[in-house]
Amino acid sequence: MHSSAAKISLSRLAIHAVLLGAVLLYLVPLVVMLLTSFKTPEDISSGNLLSWPAVVTGIGWVKAWETVSGYFWNSIMITVPAVLISTAIGALNGYVLSMWRFRGSQLFFGLLLFGCFLPFQTVLLPASFTLGKLGLASTTGGLVLVHVVYGLAFTTLFFRNFYVSVPDALVKAARLDGAGFFTILRRIILPMSTPIIMVCLIWQFTQIWNDFLFGVVFSSGDSQPITVALNNLVNTSTGAKEYNVDMAAAMIAGLPTLLVYVVAGKYFVRGLTAGAVKG
Amino acid sequence: MATLELRNVNKTYGSGLPDTLKDIQLSIRDGEFLILVGPSGCGKSTLMNCIAGLENITGGAILIDDQDVSGMSPKDRDIAMVFQSYALYPTMSVRENIEFGLKIRKMPQAAIDEEVARVAKLLQIEHLLARKPAQLSGGQQQRVAMGRALARRPKLYLFDEPLSNLDAKLRVEMRTEMKLMHQRLKTTTVYVTHDQIEAMTLGDKVAVMKDGIIQQFGTPQQIYNDPANQFVASFIGSPPMNFIPVRLARQDGRLLALLDSGQARCELPLGVAAEGLEGREIILGIRPEQITQGTGEGNGLPGIRAEVQVTEPTGPDLLVFVTLNQTKVCCRLAPDITCRVGDSLNLQFDPARVLLFDAASGERLGLGAGNASVKDNVAHFKSR
Repeated sequence: MHSSAAKISLSRLAIHAVLLGAVLLYLVPLVVMLLTSFKTPEDISSGNLLSWPAVVTGIGWVKAWETVSGYFWNSIMITVPAVLISTAIGALNGYVLSMWRFRGSQLFFGLLLFGCFLPFQTVLLPASFTLGKLGLASTTGGLVLVHVVYGLAFTTLFFRNFYVSVPDALVKAARLDGAGFFTILRRIILPMSTPIIMVCLIWQFTQIWNDFLFGVVFSSGDSQPITVALNNLVNTSTGAKEYNVDMAAAMIAGLPTLLVYVVAGKYFVRGLTAGAVKG
Repeated sequence: MATLELRNVNKTYGSGLPDTLKDIQLSIRDGEFLILVGPSGCGKSTLMNCIAGLENITGGAILIDDQDVSGMSPKDRDIAMVFQSYALYPTMSVRENIEFGLKIRKMPQAAIDEEVARVAKLLQIEHLLARKPAQLSGGQQQRVAMGRALARRPKLYLFDEPLSNLDAKLRVEMRTEMKLMHQRLKTTTVYVTHDQIEAMTLGDKVAVMKDGIIQQFGTPQQIYNDPANQFVASFIGSPPMNFIPVRLARQDGRLLALLDSGQARCELPLGVAAEGLEGREIILGIRPEQITQGTGEGNGLPGIRAEVQVTEPTGPDLLVFVTLNQTKVCCRLAPDITCRVGDSLNLQFDPARVLLFDAASGERLGLGAGNASVKDNVAHFKSR
């Protein structure tokens, strides 16, 4: 009895040690970034990566914000509409593909799924051609459109798979009650979709905010998103390297996605594991 | 309150696929309770969805109150339906669930409140109105689903296996309640079930379906006593009807079925039948309760001695299994009979209740024999 308890605590200890090691390993880059962002340039060139700042200074953060704040708002102007529109259309698509099936809807869904596997690079040329024809080249609206279209495959997949587990009888009952297509969506289906809406919002927000390729290709100058601005900042070859500014700017670029996870993360896990909806 | 008539209703999910519904033809009067019964996959739920307008028919017509509704959308047919899964709107309270259809139809709020109160009282769910469906037990959810249907006062109620998700005890209770409700409201009802007890107890009319075809349409008594074919005979009744393969012989113009229990033989007189039955493969159908224990000689019924192989005391009855013509036969006897496995029992059959089916097609074979001729036959049997 005694020895078995000791064995358990020993194996527990080993597990916790391994987990702790993994946590530290994952945290190292973040720690380095945070420490560096609060150091002076002289401190950075003299000390090592993990040393504590000799003088803690926020100058890197101030400079970084001055440089990237305009692009930060660009990113918001791109991300918020793109996320909302792609989620809304995804919900509508999923609703139709699971509850109002039409001839060929399965094939349609299958083809739509290809969109999830298309590498970004393959759509660059056709997308820029289309944006040019539409007169949206190098505009925020154009970039929003590209993100919405590219995201539809994912959002449709999310909503369709969620709605497939919702009993058909709900829609039938509502139709007999006299409700139409949009009334059913608005009054019955959407109110029960909170988990999957959250999953969709987080997923799309992360994808679009972190996107670099579409941003660098389909925008220019002052309309660029923060990821592109960050790259430009880090890659400047003139003057001394200001690593503290680079690190602070990178932190600023990463903060919104972090915030979204903190606020809506519990829905994310719940939504991914949501199976049957009890009627 | 309405009549319902189905005229040659056909349904197919595409050319080349087998028909889901074939030439469905039936009509019920105002206030009648129609049961659609059959094994799963027989098309009964499809037929119900077609009546509701949730699926389109490919041929024929559906008439409610003599008005063709085949092309109408579900909301214009004035039908309410209770689903097997109840289909309560999960994010709405019980009150909102009941109100939903009334609100959509733009009923004034005062009238809605009155209607909800009436239905809640009728179904005794007043104390549940503020709850969400997930907070209700299965039986309570079932009541709410009924309440939602009752609130609209539609022309027609459709019930799609509404009791099949309840446990056995609750099912029996709700069955009685359902019947009470129908006696009180007298609304025309179509009720789908695969449970033959529900079919027998609830219905004014029963339509037994198989493979998209109505096998028989009639009152529960007609279905039970006078089944149109072997399928109907086997589907209705519990324990089910015994089907014994027999050879027929003809003697003095009368048909005799030959039974063999291994211990004894018996010639069961069947009455005067058309020529040509003898020599054919024939199935003899007899219900377990139509086999009785012989009380000795002299009551005139033909009998046979057979060895008891299994006994199942169910409480009200004693089910005894014997073998006749190499087929297991169930007899429903009085519970006070003492018999053990291996005993020999004297069993008697009521020839007037025996049915004959064609072995190949399962079609019922007319005996052309009224009771008179059977009695005649029995007299003849006795005199031998």
